[in-house]
Amino acid sequence: MKELATKKGKYTKEQIIGFYTTMVRIRSFENHAADCFTKGMLAGNIHLSIGQEAAEAGAFAALEKRDYFCTTHRGHGHAIARGADPKKAMAELFGKATGYCKGKGGSMHITDIEGLGALGANGIVGAGQGISAGSALASKLMGDDSVTMGCFGDSSTNQGIFHECLNMAATWKLPLVWFIENNGYGVSTAIERVTNTPNLSCRAAAYDAQGVTVDGTDVIEVYEAVKKAIDWARSGKGPYVVEAKVYRYQGHYCGDPANYRPKEYMEEALKKDPIDKVSKLAIELGATQEELDAIQAAADKEMDEAVEYADKSPYPSTDTLLTDVYASDNERCVAR
Amino acid sequence: MKRMTYSKAIGAGVHEEMVRNDKVFLIGEDVGVMGNVFGCFIGFRDEFGPQRVIDSPISEEGFTSMCVAAAMRGMRPVAELMYNDFITVCGDPIFNQAAKTRYMTGGQVKVPMVLRLPMGSGRRNAGHHSQSLEALFCHFPGLKVVAPGTPADAKGLIKAAIEDDDPVMVMEHKLLYAKKGDVPEDEDFIVPLGKANVTREGTDISIITWSREARFAEEAADKLKAEGISVEVVDLRSLVPLDWDAIVKSVSKTHNVLIVSEETKRGSYAGEISAQINEDLYDELDSPVLRLTGPNIISPFSPVLEDLNFPHPDDIAKAVKQILNK
Repeated sequence: MKELATKKGKYTKEQIIGFYTTMVRIRSFENHAADCFTKGMLAGNIHLSIGQEAAEAGAFAALEKRDYFCTTHRGHGHAIARGADPKKAMAELFGKATGYCKGKGGSMHITDIEGLGALGANGIVGAGQGISAGSALASKLMGDDSVTMGCFGDSSTNQGIFHECLNMAATWKLPLVWFIENNGYGVSTAIERVTNTPNLSCRAAAYDAQGVTVDGTDVIEVYEAVKKAIDWARSGKGPYVVEAKVYRYQGHYCGDPANYRPKEYMEEALKKDPIDKVSKLAIELGATQEELDAIQAAADKEMDEAVEYADKSPYPSTDTLLTDVYASDNERCVAR
Repeated sequence: MKRMTYSKAIGAGVHEEMVRNDKVFLIGEDVGVMGNVFGCFIGFRDEFGPQRVIDSPISEEGFTSMCVAAAMRGMRPVAELMYNDFITVCGDPIFNQAAKTRYMTGGQVKVPMVLRLPMGSGRRNAGHHSQSLEALFCHFPGLKVVAPGTPADAKGLIKAAIEDDDPVMVMEHKLLYAKKGDVPEDEDFIVPLGKANVTREGTDISIITWSREARFAEEAADKLKAEGISVEVVDLRSLVPLDWDAIVKSVSKTHNVLIVSEETKRGSYAGEISAQINEDLYDELDSPVLRLTGPNIISPFSPVLEDLNFPHPDDIAKAVKQILNK
């Protein structure tokens, strides 16, 4: 049987197919969401991660069941990679009662705390740095052996909380991994225009923590880096920052023409398309194109069904407007 | 009952909860080795260890944010800002995360954290260390807000706050820390959130107030009693949840209302209570509801100026007479 051998491990065809499957499911979910948005079926804004699938699939493959994570306004892919039910995720985008947050969170806040070890998807850029560090603190205080992975984008690393929390996590040796997907832009602002270091992971060194930058279009490279980071954090040595350099096909939000990027950006991106790359790898290990096409078709069907489920689901009862603000004494606290 | 200061009463309440529940931990600047700048937790680090009494760096946004997540994970953090004014550098963790996460996740999660917030004028610390910001916290749905004005209430409310499943902001008045009072020693003693205390019964006017101003209102009430004016003092103790029933009961009895706080007047919680009384109890009123607060200024440093920045007992007595035309 053919195997892919890297410096750090060996991979079977089945493992590569596993990555491929996650990646095409993420892209299909995002394409379906974009389609619904374009048709006017969704309210608000959605933020897509098409092009970043290798980063998401690789990082989450390294996360264990007992571990925790948090994500951002661009969190659909992380949720799917972690095993979220696309039906409930899509229903949340639709603002339906059957969504993960009963329609109170929406696209930017898909989360399943109990089932997925998710600590929320945050609309405040950088907030997840504190949330993930706090979860790692809880793990250390409880001695529960879990690691928390905070996922966020390049531009959030310029928030003060990045530095505050990395310093504390390093000082207290917290079981924390930060996974940065660096697409080179914060909305329209190119990261190099506002940041003095070409790589962001080098900031870890300022706090005597670990940091590494990898090619985020290469699922194996991401997986191996995050696996090493998680093992490191779990062993009590402190936080680890993994930066994955990615391309994002859409602009900041769905429908953003991204005129602020040079046209070469997408040319380069498509040359390194992560799904093309993993497909080649699978075929080198003996997979057939038919096999891959069947997986793609199954993913598309799954997401068709998710859209149908979301579309047909009921909106939340207006009776829920005032609920869930407080865990106790809710009615009185909301009344006055 | 044991006679102790307000600061020791806070410590006693936290101590009981830490003994009772190993998920409770303290975090903040100088809470550990120093035992808190107001002496609330002296000896706690030795007793409970550095894992449960954590000296943080000066990183308010970072450590308050970490408390939100630790609470989501099942811990019960008791964090403190050295002064409530420092909320300006950690607004996001409290206002966007602690307050909103439950609702935004459709009720999936609870955030049982406590944030201690020393507030109040009178220590000659000027504009960055002297404000009373309760209205800011009350403005955010999802937060509960209490403001104890006696050592017993301080102990009872901090215990209730720690046991509560929501984020509770505990506004402690810095000028009360050294005040002594009788404090119940029963470890099951709590002051429930949302329960006001009528500390002076009267029939002519209701003074609705909290924190140190409740004590000043009592002084005014005692003085006015000698002049034949019967003043009821309602010490709210909790601002969210608000003990509306207690307000209704008192206003329906006296028909005149003065609301007293140390806040700047504009946008104050005193104004919020005034509005609610006007909207819902208008028929009970014999006179307009008045607010007696600080002026719309920055807390001044010079003692002669700072003393004009919060109501004193004589100011309260004067306002009562104004309302009653006496």
